[in-house]
Amino acid sequence: MRKFLVYFLSIWALAVVTVVSVAGLRGGLSRKPPLEVFPDMDRQPKLRPQTTAGFAGFADGKSSRVHPAGTVSRESARALDETATGKKADGAWVDANPLSVTAELVRRGRERYDIYCAPCHGLAGDGNGFTTKFGMAAVAKLHDERLIKMADGEIFNTITYGKNLMYPYADKLVPNDRWAVVAYVRALQVSRLGKKEEVPDAVRATLK
Amino acid sequence: MSDIFPKWTNRLPLMAAVAAPILGLTAIAGITYYVTPKYTRVGYQPKQPVAFSHAIHAGQLNLDCRYCHNGVESSWFSNIPSTSTCMNCHSQVKKDSDKLALVRDSFASGKPIEWVQIHKVPDYVYFNHSVHVNRGISCVHCHGEIQKMDEVAHAKPLSMGFCLECHREPEKYIRPNDLVTKLDWKNTGFDGKKAVHDWKVQPGQSCSTCHR
Ligand code: HEC
Ligand code: HEC
Ligand code: HEC
Ligand code: HEC
Ligand code: HEC
Ligand code: HEC
Repeated sequence: MRKFLVYFLSIWALAVVTVVSVAGLRGGLSRKPPLEVFPDMDRQPKLRPQTTAGFAGFADGKSSRVHPAGTVSRESARALDETATGKKADGAWVDANPLSVTAELVRRGRERYDIYCAPCHGLAGDGNGFTTKFGMAAVAKLHDERLIKMADGEIFNTITYGKNLMYPYADKLVPNDRWAVVAYVRALQVSRLGKKEEVPDAVRATLK
Repeated sequence: MSDIFPKWTNRLPLMAAVAAPILGLTAIAGITYYVTPKYTRVGYQPKQPVAFSHAIHAGQLNLDCRYCHNGVESSWFSNIPSTSTCMNCHSQVKKDSDKLALVRDSFASGKPIEWVQIHKVPDYVYFNHSVHVNRGISCVHCHGEIQKMDEVAHAKPLSMGFCLECHREPEKYIRPNDLVTKLDWKNTGFDGKKAVHDWKVQPGQSCSTCHR
């Protein structure tokens, strides 16, 4: 019996050590895709965004489709007015924000600006975001007189289509968010244009 | 006759009585430890076609997650950024780097980069990003500390038990909505219980919440 115990326990210990050393502990890194233990209905033949479709209908295999040439989505067809284009019917820029500029809109604009614009234009619009330290050249300073005088619609258009070295942001900001960003850019500009006389008396005394 | 069963076989029942429980318990322990998403999924770190690093972009440079994963607030699906998103910066930043060759090719040809998907719930589970990130649930609870990863690895099990742990007690995890993408946020005095009550946060626990 003793002999049996010795054999049995050493084989058992060897087996445990082998399994643990082959399988590793929880949380170890692995290049291999996870095992699906009971893969019953885990992966169904349906389309997920951004995958290869596995569906004979699409020659390029992409499950996320681009618009076929010459077509317009119903959404964009419905909204070809000033709010969606930044242009008036005669093609001139819309002068002022067509949305009503409320504190809520500016707050939204600030949040979006900080995410999408600040990496290049800087939190305050000085054109000194972190990318400029890594070779991003020619980033516009939003406090330029030219940009202050620019119509709101043209800034909207820059966000939609980009300009020269700046790439478009239409895929990241829906039209209403673009107007919110325009409103916030205006708020940043105004913040630099204030005169000393406009500061409330109590605060003015503390200014240097 | 006496040779068919040698003498030692008399001890077989005793040997079995000793061995069976040990083997049984070992098997149970092994299965509990290994046959669970905590082992099978956590740590999955596929090799990606481009050596993109979240530790650089989201950590060191502090880019907001939404700059790239911009669908996360408005849809169930958190998109992987298109190549043009990378080119916003890399048209000028490190524009000759070898590591970015595939990005430039993809931008020129329109052929998407084939990133390997890491997190994946089974298709019979309904998951939705926007309901979570608009209710003060941060990426970090479900994806781990992405901003420190050079290569993304699966950090949480994403099993049914994992989802329910939070659905039962959201007050332990909830945070102010504008801090959802600040993964290193530490709670100093934010009252989760009050937020859950005031915002009427009620994550469903019935089966049809997630299996619909
Ligand atoms: C990746 C860097 C980058 C980001 C992010 C970025 N820009 Fe720009 N932006 C530029 C560069 C570079 C220019 C200069 C373009 C040129 O003249 O070649 C520019 C120019 C501009 C101009 C001036 C255009 C003109 O008419 O001269 C405006 C206005 C502007 N950006 C607004 C924005 C807004 C609003 C956002 C956020 C939605 C934004 N930018 C995000 C890089 C960026
Ligand atoms: C500069 C763009 C960029 C930023 C900023 C960014 N990501 Fe990503 N993210 C990517 C790309 C590209 C991938 C696909 C390649 C990979 O997995 O590394 C990805 C992959 C992921 C994945 C894995 C997806 C999968 O396949 O399961 C997660 C999770 C993720 N990101 C979360 C985050 C979080 C959280 C943040 C904010 C802290 C963030 N990302 C910021 C570009 C970005
Ligand atoms: C907002 C600007 C920005 C965006 C968007 C961006 N990057 Fe970067 N990326 C940088 C900067 C800045 C560096 C350089 C960091 C350094 O040198 O420390 C960098 C470095 C890199 C590097 C290392 C290059 C090298 O030679 O060391 C790779 C690879 C890279 N990025 C891939 C990507 C991919 C892929 C995307 C799109 C998903 C992307 N980046 C989007 C700003 C950006
Ligand atoms: C409540 C948990 C949870 C939160 C919070 C969460 N995610 Fe996810 N994420 C998931 C799950 C589950 C999946 C897998 C989804 C699937 O299978 O379709 C996923 C998938 C992803 C993917 C890969 C999408 C794909 O199919 O390629 C990205 C990227 C991602 N998340 C980014 C983020 C970012 C960024 C945030 C924070 C703003 C975030 N997630 C917050 C649970 C979460
Ligand atoms: C860290 C906390 C947390 C985790 C982890 C989490 N959830 Fe949630 N979930 C919530 C909260 C909070 C809500 C929002 C409830 C509300 O809006 O009242 C929610 C809502 C949902 C909803 C929408 C419910 C409805 O009423 O329409 C679904 C579906 C869901 N979660 C699925 C999942 C799945 C699947 C997982 C696991 C992959 C998961 N959740 C993990 C916190 C979490
Ligand atoms: C908070 C979301 C959530 C709720 C609520 C939920 N489930 Fe699930 N369920 C999941 C997820 C996520 C998985 C996938 C687990 C995995 O892949 O590890 C799952 C998997 C399952 C599976 C398959 C297990 C397997 O491995 O094959 C069954 C069966 C199941 N759930 C039944 C139920 C029943 C019954 C209820 C109601 C009592 C329920 N679920 C409620 C999220 C949920």
